[in-house]
Amino acid sequence: MSEEAKAETTDSKESFEPKIMAFVCNWCTYAGADLAGTSRMEYRPNVRIIKLPCTGRIDPLFIIKAFENGADGVLISGCHPGDCHYTTGNYHARRRWIAFKDLLDFTGIDMSRVHFSWVSASEAIKWVELINNVTDDISALGPFMDFKRLNKKEAE
Amino acid sequence: MPRIGVFVCQCGNNIESTVDTQKVADEAKELPGVVYSCSYKFMCSSPGQEMFKQAIKENKLDGIVVSACSPHMHEKTFRRASEAAGLNPFQCEIANIREQCSWVHHDPTKKVGTAKTMDLTRMTIQRLKKNRDLTKITIPVTKRALVIGGGIAGIQAALDIADGGHEVVIVEKEPSIGGNMARLSETFPTMDCSQCILTPKMVEAELHDKISLYTYSEIEKVDGYIGNFKVTIKRKAKFVDESTCTGCGECWEKCPFKAESEFELGLSKRKVIYTPFPQAVPNIPVIDKTKCPKILKDKCGLCAKVCGPQSIDFTQEDQIVTEEFGAIIVATGYDLMPKTRFGEYGYGKITDVISGMQFERLASASGPTGGAIRRPSDNTEPKSIVFIQCAGSRDEKRGVSYCSKICCMYTAKHTMLYRHKVHDGQAYVFYMDIRSGGKRYEEFVRGAIENDGAMYLRGRVSRVYEKDGKVIVQGADTLSGSQVEIEADMVVLATALVSRSSATTLAQTLGIGYDKDKFYNEYHPKLKPVETVTAGVFLAGTCAGPMDIPESVSQGSAVASKALALFSSDKMAREPITAIVNTKTCNACWDCVNSCPYVAITKEEVKDRRGNVVRMLAKVNDGLCQGCGVCVCACRSKAVDLNGYTDEQVYAAIATF
Repeated sequence: MSEEAKAETTDSKESFEPKIMAFVCNWCTYAGADLAGTSRMEYRPNVRIIKLPCTGRIDPLFIIKAFENGADGVLISGCHPGDCHYTTGNYHARRRWIAFKDLLDFTGIDMSRVHFSWVSASEAIKWVELINNVTDDISALGPFMDFKRLNKKEAE
Repeated sequence: MPRIGVFVCQCGNNIESTVDTQKVADEAKELPGVVYSCSYKFMCSSPGQEMFKQAIKENKLDGIVVSACSPHMHEKTFRRASEAAGLNPFQCEIANIREQCSWVHHDPTKKVGTAKTMDLTRMTIQRLKKNRDLTKITIPVTKRALVIGGGIAGIQAALDIADGGHEVVIVEKEPSIGGNMARLSETFPTMDCSQCILTPKMVEAELHDKISLYTYSEIEKVDGYIGNFKVTIKRKAKFVDESTCTGCGECWEKCPFKAESEFELGLSKRKVIYTPFPQAVPNIPVIDKTKCPKILKDKCGLCAKVCGPQSIDFTQEDQIVTEEFGAIIVATGYDLMPKTRFGEYGYGKITDVISGMQFERLASASGPTGGAIRRPSDNTEPKSIVFIQCAGSRDEKRGVSYCSKICCMYTAKHTMLYRHKVHDGQAYVFYMDIRSGGKRYEEFVRGAIENDGAMYLRGRVSRVYEKDGKVIVQGADTLSGSQVEIEADMVVLATALVSRSSATTLAQTLGIGYDKDKFYNEYHPKLKPVETVTAGVFLAGTCAGPMDIPESVSQGSAVASKALALFSSDKMAREPITAIVNTKTCNACWDCVNSCPYVAITKEEVKDRRGNVVRMLAKVNDGLCQGCGVCVCACRSKAVDLNGYTDEQVYAAIATF
């Protein structure tokens, strides 16, 4: 399957439509994204959501793996601080994120490709704006080639 | 090789209008592991479900992907159908192609929607391949309910649960149950005397053999989970032996010391040994230990001398008790916005500016004036009263942004009560809008204006000040476009209902959420209005937001039905989304233990045959674990994983990207 996905990313070089992976929590952001649908709002189609119970479940490795598999950008979103369904999961996520940020930079991932946000279950408008803004930002940066080149070498 | 079936729902035109579902089904069929695929008009319909079950059986499917609406809508439906067809329900996954695809990408050529649907379906198929069979967890249920707060909502909940045959404990922080409703004079729109309809319920709760009242008590700590809460309650010392006290009243008659009455909101004094009001339940006094000279400096002790049954005990101490409950009902009610917030209305500075609740006490037959309307300053009968609505409500800058909901109605009631008691008195009401939605509510307000002569002025008050023993109210009448100045004898403010000052502390103790105004959050504002995010904790009454008595009572009954449903069986099943520890790789660093917000992970000793501890391991308590997954990421040796959201499943989905 990954071959097919890789084929798609090479196709997309000509007219660049970024691929963005979103890791969101089940209770706030996923429900907020659902609300955007129920309210028939419209946003850019570049994001693929992976649902997790809580932002506290988001392993920093997920981000690296997403880039490794052809993502041009990664978005992480969960409940606002203080509103976590599991009381403190998003604080763990935030702390982990602060610690991991420098490490990501060290691994060669441009920090402007990773976005961190809080979107509650009622903030459909914020979700729509977020997706549109992130898509614009990543589009402006162009495709993320560093890891793709690495992958190519490995394949060869 | 897995045998996966892919079912793509058209949802009538909801999905089909922007997604070519047949194309998705055809492409999905080509993917490794997929042996069956189809597109169908309404997967959730009865014929759709039948087709679904049939296809599972005929094609011997062992994994299902349903590309349809959000899993929050129909995941349960399809998992149940999978189970009915003989599959483990956790081998069924949903790809959200409606809320997160067809409804948000409006491309009529279907190109965008179809491509994204294909991606989402493919990711879900890959994730599904790593799914494990899971079995629901069953946990025992303690069939006892705890009701926090003995106001009308809590009393109703307790009575309904007790009538259902289960034990209930009401914990009330005041010396008597009754709550704010006990303070009211009459109630709108029926003009029933509040005490007359409330006290029978209070007495019923006291006499019910399934209900225990823990008055003058507070919640200290809550451990455990749905069906199995362990609650620590502080029963404050009353210095009166409840088992022998007869409530004769000799002690508070003789007590020579007075303090300001909390129940009367500063309008009168109470004794230092007291019951808050004459109809108190239980009718047992408490000694205010901050004011009693016997307790403070060992002087007096008159109450003990006059007490016939020798019930006074100055040595009594606070008692800490721990009890087990299956369900917790939060019915803590509301506070009124503090005086300090209304400088321009003179509240707190001018004696004759009072709150609506203080007016209730003046109008109440059991109140400080015996039901006669009197000015607090000189005890004379006021001939004109100005009522100011929205004092703090709908005023984001200085008060609260929300509408307190009951003030329009009780102000109309106040004007009526005033006219009924002072026949030549004139009531003026400054209002922003009149909100009288409710059965017979609008007619009630019209009655206040048409039959009882209340003068309603649409506009805000800018200033209230004292002059020659009168209270001067300056404001605007926006309907006539003129400035108004009224010389009133008294001003009554419809102060905003606010959450309890202790609301956040209790929320943290219970693990429930609250909104910006510190009112508790419902699980879902429309469809789960009395549930909270913490399973087994329910909300009733004004702790969740402003509401009137009928609504609070309905919520009390609603939570009772939730508790009774929970108590209807000895065991309950819950989703097996819990953490699991790999005993081979756990190196007992306890990062998971430290990160767990539920104290669900414990340190387990592994012993050899002689009983010597050879190893330590992390152990997850399935009953306590809520499945947040924080421990999974905290684990350095990757020994912890989360059922339903394993690393394998997530990486499989990412790899398809």
